[in-house]
Formats: sequence, C-alpha cells, structure tokens
Amino acid sequence: MTVTLFIPCFIDLFYPQVGVAMVKILEKLGHRVACPEAPACCGQPAFNTGYWHESRAVAAKVLEQFKDAEVIVIASGSCGAMMKVFYPDLFAGTPHAQLAKTVSAKCYEFSQFLVEKLGVTDLGARFPHKVTYHDGCHSLREMHIHDAPRKLMASVRGLELIEMQQAVCCGFGGTFSAKFPMISTAMGEVKCDLALDTTAEYIVSSDSSCLMHIQGLIDRQRKPLKTLHLAEILAPS
Amino acid sequence: MSTAAVQFKRDARRLSADRRHREIINTALNKYAVKRDEKKALFQDWEGARQLAAEIKWEAVNHLDRYLEQFVRGLEARGTQVHWASTAQQARDLIVGIARSRNARSIVKSKAMTAEEIHLNEALEKAGFEVVESDLGEFIVQLREEAPYHIVFPAMHLTRGEIRETFEKKLHDAPSDEPEELTMVARRVLRQKYLQADVGITGANFAVAETGMISITENEGNARLTAALPKTMITLLGIEKVIPRLEDLALLLPMLATVGAGQLISGYNTMYGGPRQAGETDGPEEFHVVLLDHNRTALLADAEQRDSLHCIRCGACLNVCPIYRNVGGHTYGTTYPGPIGGVITPNLRGLQDWKHLSYASSLCGACTEACPVKIDLAHHLLQNRRNASQQKPSLWQKIAFKLFAPVANCRVLWILVTKLGRLGQKLHPLVLGKPFDPAYVWTKTRDLPPVAQQSFKEWWRQRP
Repeated sequence: MTVTLFIPCFIDLFYPQVGVAMVKILEKLGHRVACPEAPACCGQPAFNTGYWHESRAVAAKVLEQFKDAEVIVIASGSCGAMMKVFYPDLFAGTPHAQLAKTVSAKCYEFSQFLVEKLGVTDLGARFPHKVTYHDGCHSLREMHIHDAPRKLMASVRGLELIEMQQAVCCGFGGTFSAKFPMISTAMGEVKCDLALDTTAEYIVSSDSSCLMHIQGLIDRQRKPLKTLHLAEILAPS
Repeated sequence: MSTAAVQFKRDARRLSADRRHREIINTALNKYAVKRDEKKALFQDWEGARQLAAEIKWEAVNHLDRYLEQFVRGLEARGTQVHWASTAQQARDLIVGIARSRNARSIVKSKAMTAEEIHLNEALEKAGFEVVESDLGEFIVQLREEAPYHIVFPAMHLTRGEIRETFEKKLHDAPSDEPEELTMVARRVLRQKYLQADVGITGANFAVAETGMISITENEGNARLTAALPKTMITLLGIEKVIPRLEDLALLLPMLATVGAGQLISGYNTMYGGPRQAGETDGPEEFHVVLLDHNRTALLADAEQRDSLHCIRCGACLNVCPIYRNVGGHTYGTTYPGPIGGVITPNLRGLQDWKHLSYASSLCGACTEACPVKIDLAHHLLQNRRNASQQKPSLWQKIAFKLFAPVANCRVLWILVTKLGRLGQKLHPLVLGKPFDPAYVWTKTRDLPPVAQQSFKEWWRQRP
C-alpha cells in the first residue's frame, strides 16, 4: 500500500534519522512511501495554548494534503494524537468537520501501524543493549498505545527491556516546557531518575519530542543515559 | 499576569527545585499508590465500577433540581433546618448567624473542603468564636496557621519531626516523634474541645436524595464526635454532593476509600438525617444544613464541563499528577489544587485570574485516567485555555501563532526556516545561558539539539 508519512517539525530539523529509519522500514516491508513536503506542523502548539483559530490555519493544510492518503503514519505519538483525537474537536462545527473525521480515521502512530494495521512485530533487528521504554503520554492515554512498541522490542535480538516503576510524564508538554520551565525540568529529572533505577543504557520512545526534552536534560546534567527513537532500533542498516 | 499567577510561578519555581520536598511527597504518594492498587485489584471490574460511578453522578448532576428538592424534603421532615447559600458571603453569614443565635462560644469542626472554600474559619474567628479543627491533619495545619496541603491528606508535607515541633510550640506537649504519642496529645486536647463546643460543623461526602440524609466518611471518629456532642450541628456542603439513591453508596463509599486513601472502606461511615428525634438518647438539638452554590451553577450551565461537578473530592487526580507532585499543594494558592483545581478554579473564581492553573499542565492525562468518576480533566484544561485566549488573547502569542501558520504551510518558507535555524545555532553560543538568550527558558536547564546537517525533507528531496 501507499503510506503517507507525516514528519513533524522537530523530526525534520533535529532528528531526520528517525524519519529516514521509518522510510527504510516501510519500504523494506514492501510499501510505497509518500511524504508531502508542506505542512511542517500539525498545529498542536497553537491548539494546546488555546489558540484554536490559529491552529486551524495550520491544521487545514494538513487536512488538504493528507485527505486522499490511503493511510497516514505519524512519526510522533503526540502529533498522532493531535491528528487522530483532537482534529475532530478542533474542526467541530466548521466546514472541515467531516474532513477532519475522515483524516482522523486514517491516522496511525508508527509502532501502532506496524503492529495493529500490518501485523508485523519482527523486523529482524538486533540491538544488544538494556533499554527502558518511555510511553509518550499522548501515545499512551490519547491513542491508547501500550503493547505495540513492546511487541516490536520483544522481537529485537539482544534487546533487554526493563520497565520503569511508573509511566509518568517526562515534563515536555510542548509550550508547557517554555511557560513553566522549572516544573518541566523537575519532571524531567524524576523521569531520568526512574530510568536510571532500571540500569538501562537507553531510554527508547516513540516520541522524539519527549526525547528532545529528556536528552536536553541528560546532556546538561551529564547523566549516564542515551535516548533513541524506536524506529532507529528497528531500521535495517 | 494576575497576582495569583505571579505567586504560583514564584512558589512553583522554588518548590520544584526543592529536592527534600520532592522526596517527602514522592515517598508518601508512592506508598499510597501501592495500597490504592492493592484495593483496586479487589474490584471485579474497576473500569466497570468507574463507568457506573460516572453514570450515578451524571444522573444526579443532570437532574440536580429534582434530587436536591427530594433531599431537602427528607431532611425537613425530620426537623432539619435547610438553608440555601448562593455566595460564599451568604454561607458565612448564615453560619455565623446560627452560631450567634445559639449563644455559642466554642465551635468544633470536622474536615470540610467547602469550609476552606468559603474561608469559614476566618469569618467565625472574626465574629469572636473559637474554632478548632478535629481531623488530625487539619488540626496540625491549623496550629501552623497553614492551609491544607492536600484535600485528603492535609498535613502530608510535614515530617513527624516538624509535627513534634509544632506541638511543642503551640501545645507545649510533645513527648516524642512517635506518631502514636503525638496522636494521643492531639486526642487529649480535642476531647476537651468536643465537650466544650456549643456548635459542631461538618462537611459531607454525599447527600442521599432518596432518604434525605448526608453521608460522612472518615477514619478518626472525629466527625462523629463533632456531630454528636455539641447541641447544634451544622453541615455545609456543595449542591453537587447529591446522589440519587442510598444503594449508590455501596459503590461510591468503597470507591472513595480506594482511590482516596488506599483503603477498602473508611473507618467510620455515618448517615445523618436530622436532629435528635423524640425518644432518641443522643444527637444534636438542632441540625442545620447549608447548601452552597458559589458558582457551581455556572459549571452546571456549561455542557462541556458539567462533568466536573461529578467530583467526589477524593484527591486521586492530585496523587498521580506530576505537576502536583513537584510543586506541592500550597503553591496552587486555592482550595482545590492539582488537576481538578486547574479545571474548576478558573470557572469558579475567574478565568483570567486563574487561567495559569489550566496552563500549568503538560496535559499528560494521568488525571483523567485516575478519576473514579471519569471527569474529562485533561481535555477541560484545554477548553479553559481556549476560552481564556478567546476572551483575552495575549497579543504576542496571537501574532506568533498567526505568523507560524503560513511558514509551516509553505515549502519554501520552511526551507528558509531550516537554513535560518542552522545559522542561528552557529551564533547561539554568543548568548547561550545568558538571560537575553531567546531560548533561555529552554537553555537555562536543558541543552538544545543541533539542527541536522541535512534535514529530513532535504534528504527526501535529493533521494533518487
């Protein structure tokens, strides 16, 4: 099938290797990948800050570009939740209401797409390291994705998954991290402490925006941890 | 920024960096979580129980007029005097008036968040009454002249050493740090107060319409003594406390105990339906029930957020909230802290003054998942943000988001952003870590990732 990939701004600019890994995985599985160049954002920053009108200006472009897609795979659980869960709210009562529902129904987060839509769990990957998995909150609680990334990791040769004691937010929260940097930082520290308790070398996640925040703290505080997107582990070399 | 927002930011900055505070709160709440999960596991179907509880509260809140009238009829038939208070001021005046009419001097009180909400103690003290909190946690924070830290665990931020010091200073009696010994000190003091008190004031956990009775659930027996010993009993409760049937308590009481305190059921569960009846040997001579609106009807009129009136004040959303756990209960500066506070406070006390509480959330949704009556908390925070910025947009944010749309939507402009990002990052070390760094809110505590040499879209374009 043709998979239309949504690459969020932070993956485009900071973590292109995550998008590249997804393209390689999808092509290896025999699918054609499409990726509209615009838009660069799903509209979540404005939406979460309360500026729904401004958010619609961004999101309407997404609807237009993705409306004919067969399936839409979003390279981030958070943007995925925006498109799948919040677009119908955002456009309710507007001329785009039906279109928002149509697009929403075609949206999958990357790990969810592999496991739930394609039924793939083993990509033949090898990663001989101890890892812990960070559930992005929007993946977990808005898109209800819990098992898919774990099934994918369970098939990775050599990978040992050690779960953290709590599935707690990393503290990123989009504009929250800039409006309340001190609370966001404290939350990130709690997250890193939970990860360190597992003795894992890597924090793996399906959301690069959480990882950007966590890695930023790790670098600043020189913690013995590294972050990786799940797709980077699964991609064929 | 409102005064409340300035205070919130200041206190949040201080407490989120306070490792000792973080340790105390996390230790306490992690212990709670273990007990809560043990008790949750005893429910045959926890999710089904949540759904049922939400439906009970939905039914009550969506037929509030009918159930309140039924509740009041039952109470009045047993000689209870029922009062309606639209505002906090009316409620305070009513209660002060009742106490005066009984020539009271001393008042004993059991735990009631509604009383905190209307600042009842200050009003009573100003009117010349002595008021003593009888719940141990409330008693401790009252001695310290503090507000409750948490709606279920008012003194959870204190170590036993700090409690001993408080007793030493205020009661001149603190034999040791041992909780049992400290509790005995409080008990000795409180037993005298119960005997002296002319009026007892309680809150209510539920108001049963079917029987016209209030339900109080507690662990120390202090509410029973508060209700039984003084000649006059006053119960203050919000109008949203009403539930349709007695049998609803069979679900709601164990549920409240489970998520509230990690208990199967609270130690003491009592129903009150009126003053001492003919032939009865105990109970108050007069029983007054004060039903408080205080802007709850504004929430009732809001179809989108009406379910926030489902709240049974269990504190479950606070306990799982990573923001609450880092900034603590006092930082919110309001009676109801945490996610439920972030939802209802801007609606009850003014959107513009309190909107910062709706913004002070990463929208992680742990609250929504924890709420036993299924209030859509995280989404209501988003709606408050939408309402606040629609009503009074921040000019610079509006401009920023307006300008962002065409940039994000246009291939060429985004290419420009990518190139400018790289240039900006080259120049960034000149200002890095200085307060005039445009990314200072981020870079003060976190490193920024480098803009990639080749962005994803650049890679995509040059693919064969």
